[in-house]
Amino acid sequence: MQGMMIARAKELLQNGTVNRVLGWQTGEFVYDITPAVFETAEELDEKFVYNAFCGNNLSKYLVKETKKDGKILVFLKPCDTYSFNQLLTEHRFDREKVYAIGIPCDGKTSGEMVKSKGLSGITGIDEDGDNITVHTIYEDKTFNRDEILEERCRTCKSKKHVAYDELIGEDGEVLDSHRFDMVAKLEAMTPDERFAFWRSQLSKCIRCNACRNVCPACTCEKCVFDNPASGIAQKAAADSFEENMFHIIRAFHVAGRCTDCGECSRVCPQNIPLHLLNRKFIKDIDELYGDYQAGAEVGSRAPLVNYTAEDVEPSIVYHREGK
Amino acid sequence: MNNETLIPKIGVVTDIRVDTPDIKTFRVVGLDGKKVFEHIPGQCAMLSIPGVGEAMFSITSSPTLEEYMEFSIKKCGCLTSWLHAMDVGQQITIRGPYGNGFPVDTDFKGKDLLFVAGGVGLAPLHSVINYCRAKRENYGHIRIVYGSRSKDDLLDYQEILNEWMADPNIEVNLTIDREQEGWDGHVGFVPNFVKELNPDVGMTVVLCGPPVMIKFTLAGLKELGFKETQVYTTMELRMKCGVGKCGRCNIGNKYVCKDGPVFRFDQLDELPNEY
Amino acid sequence: MLKISLSKIQDLFAAIAADEALYIPADNAGQPQFMRWQEGLAMTDALNTVRSAKDFFFPQTENLVSFKIQGKSIEIVDPRTETEDFVVFGVRACDVRSFSILDRVFLVDPKDTYYENRRKHGTLVSMACSRPAETCFCHTFGIDAAEPEGDAVCWKTEDSLYIRANTEKGEKLLEKLRPMMEECGDEAVKAQQEKTHEILGKLPLNNFTTEKFDGDVLLKVFNSDKWKSLSEACLGCGTCTFVCPTCQCYDIRDFDTGHGVQRFRCWDSCMYSDFTLMASGNPRTSQLERFRQRFMHKLVYFPANNDGIYGCVGCGRCLSKCPISMNIVKVAKCLEGEL
Repeated sequence: MQGMMIARAKELLQNGTVNRVLGWQTGEFVYDITPAVFETAEELDEKFVYNAFCGNNLSKYLVKETKKDGKILVFLKPCDTYSFNQLLTEHRFDREKVYAIGIPCDGKTSGEMVKSKGLSGITGIDEDGDNITVHTIYEDKTFNRDEILEERCRTCKSKKHVAYDELIGEDGEVLDSHRFDMVAKLEAMTPDERFAFWRSQLSKCIRCNACRNVCPACTCEKCVFDNPASGIAQKAAADSFEENMFHIIRAFHVAGRCTDCGECSRVCPQNIPLHLLNRKFIKDIDELYGDYQAGAEVGSRAPLVNYTAEDVEPSIVYHREGK
Repeated sequence: MNNETLIPKIGVVTDIRVDTPDIKTFRVVGLDGKKVFEHIPGQCAMLSIPGVGEAMFSITSSPTLEEYMEFSIKKCGCLTSWLHAMDVGQQITIRGPYGNGFPVDTDFKGKDLLFVAGGVGLAPLHSVINYCRAKRENYGHIRIVYGSRSKDDLLDYQEILNEWMADPNIEVNLTIDREQEGWDGHVGFVPNFVKELNPDVGMTVVLCGPPVMIKFTLAGLKELGFKETQVYTTMELRMKCGVGKCGRCNIGNKYVCKDGPVFRFDQLDELPNEY
Repeated sequence: MLKISLSKIQDLFAAIAADEALYIPADNAGQPQFMRWQEGLAMTDALNTVRSAKDFFFPQTENLVSFKIQGKSIEIVDPRTETEDFVVFGVRACDVRSFSILDRVFLVDPKDTYYENRRKHGTLVSMACSRPAETCFCHTFGIDAAEPEGDAVCWKTEDSLYIRANTEKGEKLLEKLRPMMEECGDEAVKAQQEKTHEILGKLPLNNFTTEKFDGDVLLKVFNSDKWKSLSEACLGCGTCTFVCPTCQCYDIRDFDTGHGVQRFRCWDSCMYSDFTLMASGNPRTSQLERFRQRFMHKLVYFPANNDGIYGCVGCGRCLSKCPISMNIVKVAKCLEGEL
């Protein structure tokens, strides 16, 4: 796959369709992949990579990159295409300046994920179908792919690309992923249990803002939390509930716009399952207003900003008793 | 509590003078009615209104003034707007002094001094000018070139007229950017005015004003034959601690709050152009 | 050298905690972090905590001073109460070293008394590493992971914990623990150290060095055109800064409690857009400048002001945690090609 991608990128650079390529570049180790812009065939040969660790969603970089001259090639995994569409719906970048190639994805893992299996001193990895062997200075260990996939990939919502100029490989299907199972579990808790769960998770927050900065739905020119005049612009908590409010406010702000790409949870240095907050909103919207997937198509009216005569009555929402 | 750098002292504002449409000068003493601390010309102090903010301001008054300190402050942000809105008798917090100050008792001694200021850039120079006037015998020729947008925007105009221009031992040249009724002095930008005046290239220069004015004045001085080692300026960057620890006012490895704010241009040349 | 069976480690913790607060690295909702020991709290097997131990001396948020305001009058209140003595147990070699770097900031004149006070009251018990990770490069800065600094130092083997005092403070702590421990030779420790050194030699960053960043490269490094591509993907978040044991930049802010104003200090990040923002503008206008500042500070500015000592201890946290995997190793390797 990587070879086909590099070859196609070189063609598009050479025939002038694009002047830059947005992809992933190798790092020190097998897993520390960095999003990068490539301008020449040599750079592509030297550093371009596509493997099981290329989890970064590249869509948001298009906001910045399309302000530059020329057209850029971007490689999009199926879930990235939803963010791509959502950003277009919100008029965040110029579609004319992007050439999008959809690429297949078998699910991604991460250095953190591998390390969470007790491995350390990672020196390399071999992918052989569904088997992934991790080499370390201490031992070699083989996993079934599913075992070390990130949670967002184990509950993948779609292998289908919803936006592209061309595809490399076969397109997939929208999946029935059980992605709301954990949300249902949280809903089944008593309010006290649920409060305790979130307090314990959110108290780990160090307010690094990685979740916000990586989020393709967070593209405000100036975030309210960065505006000194807002009165709530703090880098650290003035009181112990503040991080909780930060995440709750953010979840409200992206409600109906979050495509469930899972980047927030991937980047959290404290492994807070932030995506569950967003999934709760998605589940509620599905149940109250009918199934809706943000980013499935460009220009769709999100239920929370749309009125129809079939909309649920406020009293019904009220009587859900905080579930 | 006296040695705590981050814990301020109380300052009482005893006088507020409206200098220009957007600059006021505040007179500050401690709760005991005396000066809160001693300083060197060019040093700064952290002033704050609790709940509004804290920021670094140059101390405008000369250390030779024994009763109080003064700060000439332009209204341009949140804290300065608040300061401009307050009345006499208001308490503020004050800590300092911070920074190196001008080398008035070393490098400047015995030298001919040329002060070049634009707009509120006169504020930090005011302290050193009056210090040199008070210790006149220590310095050679003293010349001041000061310009502003208009006559109304000239800081300390009354003092300049009544004291500096009346002082036979110093030379004062004023300019404003555009023609104005009631102004029969020079009209034009400071950098060109300095070139026209063609000051003696042996002078030590102290330069302060808006970045663009500094840039062109420095270029003009160099054309006249001045060297960067002769020209001093005073810098301003975002500061929080004032003692070189909070990490934000650095230019390269130098902290403006601690190693500055006074730099010679040859020193700045060795540092990254990030200010 | 003293020794105790690992099966009795909870007794050891209880003995320390009898007189002063004890913090150990433990698992909290799957994340290793320093937690206050109470009966039953087990030490984590993880190599290191997500957040460094700098919190103990330089907490993420702390109140500096309070103000009571009445009309035009202000009253200033120092909110500090007496600091309790505490022991931080199980600090790795890299993190222990970070304190001598922080000391160079906070304990030079004028001393930061908030930090100084906690340093006086804190005892550091370090823990030698025996299973370093691929992200480790403490040896780059002359740190021996098998022989950490600290007031006292521990080695954990299969079945025992060995401990030795390095300082007077450590001696004092050990005096208290001596009755429950046995005196022993250092053979087991030597054997473990030898093995650890062998592993360290196999680590992928074993040859990584920052030597080329000496005093004369300031403008050359600053003006390199590599910063553009290095910083291109940076999200401008504060993850690297906040997990870093040596990042110490801070902000001072006011919080109106409704019945007074609390002026607090909190960790800040040079990666944030408002770090240098002034009413008159911002000298660092894009992420490139902010990104550059962080690495210039660690690799060039800090050593220039501190006898060549780098602002990094090679703990590898930024290597693990950066959302886009850009870090000091990649930056230094890329830039050293220019020198």
